[in-house]
Amino acid sequence: MPDVQGRIEELRREGEEAIASASDAAALEEARVRYLGRKAELTQILRGIAELPAAERGPVGSSANQLREALEASIAGRGAEIQAGELERELRAEAVDVTLPGSPVAPRGSRNLLIRTMREIEDVFVGLGYRVMEGPEVELDYYNFTALNHPPGHPARMAQDTFYVDPESLDAALRIEPAPTRPSEEVSGPALPPGPEDVVLRTHTSPMQVRSMEAAEPPIMIIVPGRCYRSDPFDATHSPIFHQVEGLAVGESITLADLKGTLDEFARAIFGPERETRFRPGFFPFTEPSVEVDVSCFRCGGSGELADGSRDPLCKGIGWIEILGSGMVDPNVYGFVADRGYDPERIQGFAFGMGIERIAMLKHGVPDLRKFFDNDVRVLEQFR
Amino acid sequence: MRVPYSWLREYCAPGLEIEELADLLALRTTEVERILRVGPPSSDAFVVGRVLSVERHPDADRLSVCEVETGESTRTIVCGAPNVAAGQLVPVALPGAVMPGGEELGRAKLRGVTSDGMILSEAELQMGEDEDGIAVLESTPAPGTPLDELLPFAEQVLELEVSSNRVDCFGVYGVAREVHAFTGAPLAPAPWEEDAEAEGTGQASDYASVKVEVPELCPRFTARVFTDVTIGPSPLWLKALLVAAGQRPINNVVDITNYAMLLTSQPLHAFDLDRVPDGALIIRTAADSERMTTLDGVERTFDAESVLVCDRNGPSGIAGIMGGQVSEVSDSTTAVLLEVATWNGVNILRTSRRLGLRSEASNRFEKQLHPDLTMYAQRVASRLMVELCGAKLVPGTIDVAADPPPPRVVTLRAGRAEALLGMRIEPELCAAYLERLGFAVEREDDALTAEVPPHRYYDVGREADLIEEVGRIHGYDEHLPATLPHASSRGGRLTREQVLRRRAEDVLRDSGYDAIVTLSLVDPALPGRLRLPDGDLRAAPIRVSNPLSVEHSELRTTLLGSLLDVARYNLARGAERVALFESGRVYVAEGESVAGGPLGGEFAGERPAPAFEAHCLAALAVGSLRAPSWRDPARPNDFFALKGVLDALAAQLGVELVLEPEAHPFLHPGRAARVLVAGDEAGWLGEVHPLVCREWDLDRATAFQLHLAELIAASPYGAEHYEDVTTYPAVHQDLAIVVDEDVPAARVRGAVLAGGGDLLRSAAIFDLYRGEQVGEGRKSLALRLEFRAPDRTLTDEEVAGRREAIKNTLGEIGGTLRE
Repeated sequence: MPDVQGRIEELRREGEEAIASASDAAALEEARVRYLGRKAELTQILRGIAELPAAERGPVGSSANQLREALEASIAGRGAEIQAGELERELRAEAVDVTLPGSPVAPRGSRNLLIRTMREIEDVFVGLGYRVMEGPEVELDYYNFTALNHPPGHPARMAQDTFYVDPESLDAALRIEPAPTRPSEEVSGPALPPGPEDVVLRTHTSPMQVRSMEAAEPPIMIIVPGRCYRSDPFDATHSPIFHQVEGLAVGESITLADLKGTLDEFARAIFGPERETRFRPGFFPFTEPSVEVDVSCFRCGGSGELADGSRDPLCKGIGWIEILGSGMVDPNVYGFVADRGYDPERIQGFAFGMGIERIAMLKHGVPDLRKFFDNDVRVLEQFR
Repeated sequence: MRVPYSWLREYCAPGLEIEELADLLALRTTEVERILRVGPPSSDAFVVGRVLSVERHPDADRLSVCEVETGESTRTIVCGAPNVAAGQLVPVALPGAVMPGGEELGRAKLRGVTSDGMILSEAELQMGEDEDGIAVLESTPAPGTPLDELLPFAEQVLELEVSSNRVDCFGVYGVAREVHAFTGAPLAPAPWEEDAEAEGTGQASDYASVKVEVPELCPRFTARVFTDVTIGPSPLWLKALLVAAGQRPINNVVDITNYAMLLTSQPLHAFDLDRVPDGALIIRTAADSERMTTLDGVERTFDAESVLVCDRNGPSGIAGIMGGQVSEVSDSTTAVLLEVATWNGVNILRTSRRLGLRSEASNRFEKQLHPDLTMYAQRVASRLMVELCGAKLVPGTIDVAADPPPPRVVTLRAGRAEALLGMRIEPELCAAYLERLGFAVEREDDALTAEVPPHRYYDVGREADLIEEVGRIHGYDEHLPATLPHASSRGGRLTREQVLRRRAEDVLRDSGYDAIVTLSLVDPALPGRLRLPDGDLRAAPIRVSNPLSVEHSELRTTLLGSLLDVARYNLARGAERVALFESGRVYVAEGESVAGGPLGGEFAGERPAPAFEAHCLAALAVGSLRAPSWRDPARPNDFFALKGVLDALAAQLGVELVLEPEAHPFLHPGRAARVLVAGDEAGWLGEVHPLVCREWDLDRATAFQLHLAELIAASPYGAEHYEDVTTYPAVHQDLAIVVDEDVPAARVRGAVLAGGGDLLRSAAIFDLYRGEQVGEGRKSLALRLEFRAPDRTLTDEEVAGRREAIKNTLGEIGGTLRE
């Protein structure tokens, strides 16, 4: 009577060794057929269990089955190892020259700095509770001047170097009846005959002050970004076409101090968290009081001196840079929208106007305003 | 306005360095352009010298060797001036003095003789223009006296940028009043408080008469008469003051008028009375095209609105702007008529603008002066006429005046000031500030009534104006808090249109296009260069009546021109390819937008905009957009490349665009389309016409322009509704469809969609084949179809049924399926 149990142990040793030494999928399959195939010795043993004496059947069956399971597990494990090794070889063969340049993605365009600056300013004021409005660039003299307390003949309206539109080039049906002019409480000198009802290219974004108040009762908080025109010849800081952002906040208790707080917020958002503003007296016909606004210099920090002790050329050693004009809306302006609930005894507020080109030039060190309109792609690429 | 600091200090001396004062002026009154220095940087080593002797230089004909007493010592000075003479008192620069140019004076040998200093001319002191002779001092100071005790020759000058409402600060006394107001330093009595003694013969009206024909344009005209006038150069102190203030000294009479103007801000004009026939002046408007030669020697032509000061023979001056040559003061003048008038500021401004002639006088008159100022200037000038010209003032002032403006009294409520400014200023402070500014103030509890002084009459008339006065003098920089408004009843946000415009712009940028900003004033040649025919609205731009240049005289009617300009600009500078877009307006005389809103040219306000301004989005590409790489060749930027961008834009906005072939004058006739959104025309797309490309030196370009209002109005953005696309799978099928060559792809796709019905969710063309397999004159389009039902998994039978239906609809356009 052969020692079946002993043979099973031998088969275990032989089988595990054959599996472990199989170096590829074919060798492993050969081992599987030899030790677990239909004709394999272990298979024969399992089939012959019934012929064994009753006392041996249980132990032999148990051992043989254990061996079969163990070998199956070993084959699976070894198979996984062999597969991993083969994949590893394949992948190694697929190696690339990592130093070649990458495939270009679809290129992303850049953006004229004026657009970016305009959006930044819009976002600051939206965050402060403002809505963004837009108005016509071909504008009635009435909105550009008269309703902004520049009565006909007022020096300020002549000082603005206005482009006038040839009425022959406008649609006759769209031409407007002369608007009523309003006596300006004798503040502007002896009375004068009213001027012609001209159409102009707006000289500032301020016409939207009156348009917006005509359209909505107080309170109102808006900004108006847009293009403006003045007959200033091109130079480093002037262009006949430029961009402004107007601001208007009118309610029952909006103060000059609120203007200061608002512009402080604006200055910090655009020029850096340490910035502050200061007000100087100014003159605009449509605000009273009027103030010019400076921001503390963001290069020297307001000291007027650079780290090496030299004079800061950006603020010319002053420590402050003028950024905009503003003030409390003049009572005469409300007079033009009195029927929309703008009673200067009951409501008050501020307005401001800033040049986008100037803000962008200051913030990014652009030396010449004309660069914005050249649209040189090498410059555009600097500001994504 | 230039204010010599020493002159200012005569009236208000705040005890500040000029830089500190400049800061305060900027923060309390008006802008300070800069601080100038006229003359040498320091008065050190400049003294009075007495010339003791003058001898010819042994080796130089033109030089003299002078012995000069300069206080304790006597020194030898070589001098080149022909007028140097023994006994003169002269300004001397000693070795060590720093000259106006910055160089330090040393001992110099001139042709063998050592000069121990320098006798100075007016020009060398920057006190006048006389270069030939030395400056001779008139008074009798002791030799060795520091020169700055006599003359303001090393002068610090404030150059103010006075805002147009502050005509008072166009006079030194007005600036002094401001300094007084914000520093509290005492203000000297006004220089016009004392008048000259009238010691002349007779009455002014015996010598002259004034007739004002246009009182509304000349509210006041005053004239004084001086006899026994001796014309000559002004004393050095006056010359020095005028030079420091930026004026050229002429002669004593003219210099006095300038001095009085610079002090009071009221301009004056002196006539040679003997050259005014009978002393009769008439103030009238000009006859149209009337002519006159002004003091600057230019003949000028007037229109009927110009006001002239005339004598019996014709015009002798342009009112408030410039005098004429006929009655100009000259060396032979012995009698002077001094005109001090008030003119209508607006009229002066108009005339000065039309003539292109501005003067110190017109600059002040155009801002409107109060009639009271006339007599201030008469008094200041009269005293100097007597003092400096030996003149006799004839008693009486000829004064032709309309009714003076009524007194202006304004109330200021302290509570109102606080409510408007957001800072409290105590009523007693408000009163003090206003009094210092020259207002006559009365106080009742918390209300002040202030009578506006003449020098502020046309600037201050309402409570808000007084609030500005007290606010600025109190000091915004020191006292104004920073708060935020709390009155808004609405939140801030962008409108849907603004959000989607940004999105549209971002799609183009993300597609590789650079966002540009170009000038909206263009050349009238542009429509022609774009081949736009007469009758096309875009060929009839809105024109500027007064352009700066022809190149910028019309508003653009399309964005294409500036895109082409920028493309050429960049290609000429080495760019190999450009892809550009602009988001901006075009302007035409008439038009309408279906969508409306600000992007469609509809703006807030009761009066409509006088032109039609629509916001457009336009793109242009020249050359391959993507650079070739070692893996991919460059792709041409043709019609379809740009259409791909348009498709991306449409997809991001969720808008369906329809393109139909349509010729445009500036586009390739076979590669041009109009773009429809929801059935409305919204723009065009195409390859730029070769003739247009040639105009801009381009080989080939592709472009589109869209009206944003229509595009955005059609977008479902924000109103998209959830649809179940995940529970039941879609079925995909590819079709190859053969049709005649002339059947447009859109028609094929339309037939497929019609046959597919509701279950067909999309049909995308992905291939186009022409060749033997489909035969001559035919083409094969491959489409990928997606069928899906929201409530069930589709069966093969259902899809097959749709496919049959598609076969039928394709049959209607002559299409067959390639099986």
